[in-house]
Amino acid sequence: MGKITLRNVQKRFGEAVVIPSLDLDIEDGEFVVFVGPSGCGKSTLLRLIAGLEDVSDGQILIDGRNATEMPPAKRGLAMVFQSYALYPHMTVRKNIAFPLKMAKMEQSEIDRRVENAARILNLTSYIDRRPGQLSGGQRQRVAIGRAIVREPAAFLFDEPLSNLDAALRVNMRLEITELHQSLQTTMIYVTHDQVEAMTMADKIVVLNAGRIEQVGSPLTLYRNPANLFVAGFIGSPKMNLIEGPEAAKFGATTMGVRPEHIDISRESGLWQGEVGVSEHLGSDTFLHVHVAGMPTLTVRAGGEYGVHHGDKVWLTPQADKIHRFGPDGRAL
Amino acid sequence: MATQHSKTAARLMISPAVILLLLWMIVPLSMTLYFSFLRYNLLMPGMESFTGWDNYYYFLTDPAFSAALTNTILLVGGVLLITVVGGTLLALLLDQPMWGQGIVRILVIAPFFIMPTVSALVWKNMFMNPVNGMFAHIARALGMQPFDFLAHAPLASIIGIVAWQWLPFATLILLTALQSLDREQMEAAEMDGAGPLDRFLYITLPHLTRAITVVVLIQTIFLLGVFAEILVTTNGGPGTASTNITYLVYAQSLLNYDVGGGSAGGIIAVILANIVAIFLMRMIGKNLDA
Amino acid sequence: MSRRITARRTLIVTLAAWTVGLLIFFPILWTVLMSFKTEGDAIKAPFAMLFSDWTLISYEQVQTRSNYSRHFMNSVVISLGSTLLALAIAIPAAWAMAFVPGRRTKDVLMWMLSTKMMPAVGVLIPIYLIFRDTGLLDTRIGLVIVLTLINLPIVVWMLYTYFKEIPGEILEAARMDGATLGSEILYVLTPMAVPGIASTLLLNVILAWNEAFWTLQLTTSRAAPLTQFIASYSSPEGLFYAKLSAASTMAIAPILILGWFSQKQLVRGLTFGAVK
Repeated sequence: MGKITLRNVQKRFGEAVVIPSLDLDIEDGEFVVFVGPSGCGKSTLLRLIAGLEDVSDGQILIDGRNATEMPPAKRGLAMVFQSYALYPHMTVRKNIAFPLKMAKMEQSEIDRRVENAARILNLTSYIDRRPGQLSGGQRQRVAIGRAIVREPAAFLFDEPLSNLDAALRVNMRLEITELHQSLQTTMIYVTHDQVEAMTMADKIVVLNAGRIEQVGSPLTLYRNPANLFVAGFIGSPKMNLIEGPEAAKFGATTMGVRPEHIDISRESGLWQGEVGVSEHLGSDTFLHVHVAGMPTLTVRAGGEYGVHHGDKVWLTPQADKIHRFGPDGRAL
Repeated sequence: MATQHSKTAARLMISPAVILLLLWMIVPLSMTLYFSFLRYNLLMPGMESFTGWDNYYYFLTDPAFSAALTNTILLVGGVLLITVVGGTLLALLLDQPMWGQGIVRILVIAPFFIMPTVSALVWKNMFMNPVNGMFAHIARALGMQPFDFLAHAPLASIIGIVAWQWLPFATLILLTALQSLDREQMEAAEMDGAGPLDRFLYITLPHLTRAITVVVLIQTIFLLGVFAEILVTTNGGPGTASTNITYLVYAQSLLNYDVGGGSAGGIIAVILANIVAIFLMRMIGKNLDA
Repeated sequence: MSRRITARRTLIVTLAAWTVGLLIFFPILWTVLMSFKTEGDAIKAPFAMLFSDWTLISYEQVQTRSNYSRHFMNSVVISLGSTLLALAIAIPAAWAMAFVPGRRTKDVLMWMLSTKMMPAVGVLIPIYLIFRDTGLLDTRIGLVIVLTLINLPIVVWMLYTYFKEIPGEILEAARMDGATLGSEILYVLTPMAVPGIASTLLLNVILAWNEAFWTLQLTTSRAAPLTQFIASYSSPEGLFYAKLSAASTMAIAPILILGWFSQKQLVRGLTFGAVK
């Protein structure tokens, strides 16, 4: 079981309020991603759940039990740190066995569980090496192994992929997702990378300045961002946000339209503009188009769309994909 | 950035060290302060009486004090000058590519590990002795009159001995600092047309400033307390020619049994050391933030 | 990437460095050489001394006449005892300051350092009187206490700078893994800090071994370590060069060897981490 509930949780460091007051329900077996820009309080929130920091006010319930005052070890959670935090003086085997040894488990059971974890994570051939002799991806897997063997109520991941190179990151992303599918254990995952959030999460929690901006499935957030912040944060490239008279025509203070939801034409359309930079990615082409009275718009075109700097094009936003925001920044 | 639980544990773990040092600091120091206002001689037990500032007055107006103060300044200043200049030159030399660098380093660092009583006696007897010392042998071989270093230039001789002990310290620290100098910076300066002297003046020396300051301050703390070297070579003499403040306080209190006077001297020594300490602490404190 | 350096330049630098190095080392070398001579040969002119017969007689005489081994044992017990005691007090303190820093941690560190700057003469009389009245004068335990206290700030500081380099996340991982504070320090921190703890130990043994204020003031014979033993040669035995040399060689040899091992850590320890 791994149901985690935060009730009115607050965190202050001295005078500085990092998390004003926050409620959140995490269901058993869910993969929840906390995402937000750096300094938004997502890591602090994770550390509060882990018990590595005290909450200033409010309650944390794990499976209905009040865990607010419990030390980290008693909460039954496992954590994978950004730096992996492996014990450099212990072999892979001893690293993975450490939490079991601390729990004073029988040696035969420790061995069984360690072997098992090593097999799942493809670590068997490295099991007697030390962390210093492993690659980044292998270290990452050891850190995950150390978490798995405890059979925790929930896994906590603190930006676990940020120290890996791009190719490896994609791999580990898949591995962690697969792990979640086979274990069906609650996972809470902190990242600043919205691609990780979109691809891995059952539920995304978008945080900004210690406040929850929106909670929902990746597609909910993509389709119906609750406010300007979420609209700008989720999706790549970013949603085009347009203010002023043009937005007023659509009955909004700010209107938003994603690059992939703008039709492009050489003959006719709603807005006429001039192509600036065009980025050819192969599968897609992203055009940066200057339209009078608007910020530069990003538009997705087909992969081999032939266009040159200075070309005149017409743009039309797809009517059903326009997001409208009121003066307070909330979606209308 | 931690929980209440770990903060409580931390306070518990740190308290033995803090309490012990607090006791070590406060108890004896306040006793010294108290004694310094007493007429208190170990040869006349039970005769203690309050005398106000008399001990300070006598200690400060004693010609031995001004001599000791001058000697202390000369000793500290002389050793600092020799070790900083010598240490910089030596560090620059040792930083060059050469054969057997590791062994030379070991040879240079060795005097620092010699206990003060040994180095003082070795220099006193085997080198500076006017009859059988190495220098006397050399002087005679050159047809000169041997010079009795410790009788005629006691302070200079002690400065020499102490400088020999501390030169390795300065060299080692300056060498470490030199080795942390960014090679690319040097190469950039060379590309910009700076000659060897320019590079030393505008790049190396500024880079070493911090290390030199550290050397000066730390050595000052230790040099203010030079004692064994004086005790085994000259006993502060002839007269007060090689008495420093530390030795004077020792002589006053444990040779003359004048606890009151010695305590007043001790307090004065504490005040002098604190003036230096304030500068040193600022340096290290600044570094703590970095 | 390395630059072309002419062999001639290297040769000149090598010659200069070796000359200076040997000159600085010479007094030590000379002492060691002289210790293998008879008294008669030792006071001869340098060349005559050097080419006279070698003998171990001075070492025998030092041992039989002045009981060298007892002073040696005093030095070992006092320097090792005070260092181990200081480590036992300092490891928890350094853990607390490195991993649970509070608003006052910096002040505490600086204050500890300031106790080291207090000149010994400032507290000489009270310590002497307290020791006299409690029977600690000329005892090993008395010196262990004093040397522990005077070296404690350095030990705390050195450990603190070493502990600071250990990522806090690893200790947090241990906490998540269910380690108690004791097991966290015992199984995770200490093994990771072994190199730092070892060099702290080494440097402080050296400092305690060579400490020559309190060891001279507070001992006379029974508990006298080698510093005091050598000081007893100041006169008139100092004129027995060969014996002085033999005694000196034995007093400095162990620490010289330890010192050469610890020279890399020395800088950091003695500058309180200000120069690395």
